[in-house]
Amino acid sequence: MMTNPTGRITQGQFSFLPDLTDAEITAQIEYGLKRGYAWSVEYTDDPHPRNTYWEMFGMPMFDLKDAAGVLLEMNNCRKTFPEHYIRLMAFDSTRNIESIAMSFIVNRPAREPGFALERQESHGRNIRYTVRSYVTDAPEGERGNGKA
Amino acid sequence: MGSPLYSIPGSTPPAADATAAAEAPPQAGQGARTVGEVLAQSQAGAVMDELDRDLVGLIPVKTRIRDIAALLVIDKLRMNLGLQAQAPSLHMCFTGNPGTGKTTVALRMAEILHRLGYVRKGHLVAVTRDDLVGQYIGHTAPKTKEVLKRAMGGVLFIDEAYYLYRPENERDYGQEAIEILLQVMENQRDDLVVILAGYKDRMDTFFRSNPGMSSRIAHHLDFPDYSEADLLRIADKLLGQANYRFAPGAREAFEEYVGHRIRQPHFANARSVRNALERARLRQASRLFEDKDREFTAEDLTTIAASDILASRVFQAAQKNH
Repeated sequence: MMTNPTGRITQGQFSFLPDLTDAEITAQIEYGLKRGYAWSVEYTDDPHPRNTYWEMFGMPMFDLKDAAGVLLEMNNCRKTFPEHYIRLMAFDSTRNIESIAMSFIVNRPAREPGFALERQESHGRNIRYTVRSYVTDAPEGERGNGKA
Repeated sequence: MGSPLYSIPGSTPPAADATAAAEAPPQAGQGARTVGEVLAQSQAGAVMDELDRDLVGLIPVKTRIRDIAALLVIDKLRMNLGLQAQAPSLHMCFTGNPGTGKTTVALRMAEILHRLGYVRKGHLVAVTRDDLVGQYIGHTAPKTKEVLKRAMGGVLFIDEAYYLYRPENERDYGQEAIEILLQVMENQRDDLVVILAGYKDRMDTFFRSNPGMSSRIAHHLDFPDYSEADLLRIADKLLGQANYRFAPGAREAFEEYVGHRIRQPHFANARSVRNALERARLRQASRLFEDKDREFTAEDLTTIAASDILASRVFQAAQKNH
């Protein structure tokens, strides 16, 4: 059985759907802004599910009224890192929540090789399992179609 | 920011911005065929009438705003008939002395543009040099961009814009802010409208040294100084709004006050009038404060007497000069 049947990683919202268009992304951003969330842009070239903290692309954007600002930053990031994973995250600062309320991927590399399941034989007949993403075989900066 | 800062499990949090939720962005002029229909659908006419009614004087400014609004309405009609209407450049420059109403008009302008559907949110972000220009290398670009992002969908009002450019210091970071500003003004014309404001002569120098900025601004509005009669009408309006009124003789005293004040240095038009009225209120309060045992009527509490105004330092200074 394939570990990655769709050929794409599925993290965050909308990840089983076809890629969102810019208009759809704008609608999501508008929704978040209306609820008072602060949007931020993050990118990474290591899509391991336990890689929770991606690199920040600029500061989180507080006090925005319109989606155009977030879209501008997202497109800047796409231009800078065309072969990276890029996600938008919405931070809800409401007391008692104070965490990420929305998160979805807006950019993927052209080729997503997926993950290997590794079995390690340990003492006795125990087997330890771990997941390793194929892209991390290459050193940082040389992953994804040879482009940084 | 009236919403509670804690969350109640199972409850839906209130919309972050109540005014934004209440005012769903009006789809101005969809399918309209007449000027009246566009104005009725967008309610821009109401804002324009309000502008006429609330702001004293400023005839050339009002005429110009009417012209701009007319162009926008006609563009809407052209678009409805399938005629090509290029997105107009709406960046503006307001020049005039302090206290001539530049910020107030900018606020109204944001509202009108929002009603006509040329900016999506219609909020006004007012900034000065400090908000745009950083203190060290590499600080300016993120700072300027953050302000621009906040202003998107609305109007960016740059007060005292001529401070952005300091010719005496060639390593000044203001130039960097200007370049980013120009780029966004050109490329994202439908996302935000930039209004620069400042004194006339200094803005002229600013534009002479930044020809790129000058050519990207289509509308130059000059705010004239108020006449004495205008200033008195402003005073009447301000008092009316604050539930005060002049006692008999007080209005004449104030007229005299304005006559003296105009000729003194640092006269800031409507702002000086407002400050003078604030000080008159202080004097009225301390005059009433002396009468510890008197029962005041509403009339006592709302009346500014001539003595409250005549006690001003302005009269003493005027007498000294004679």
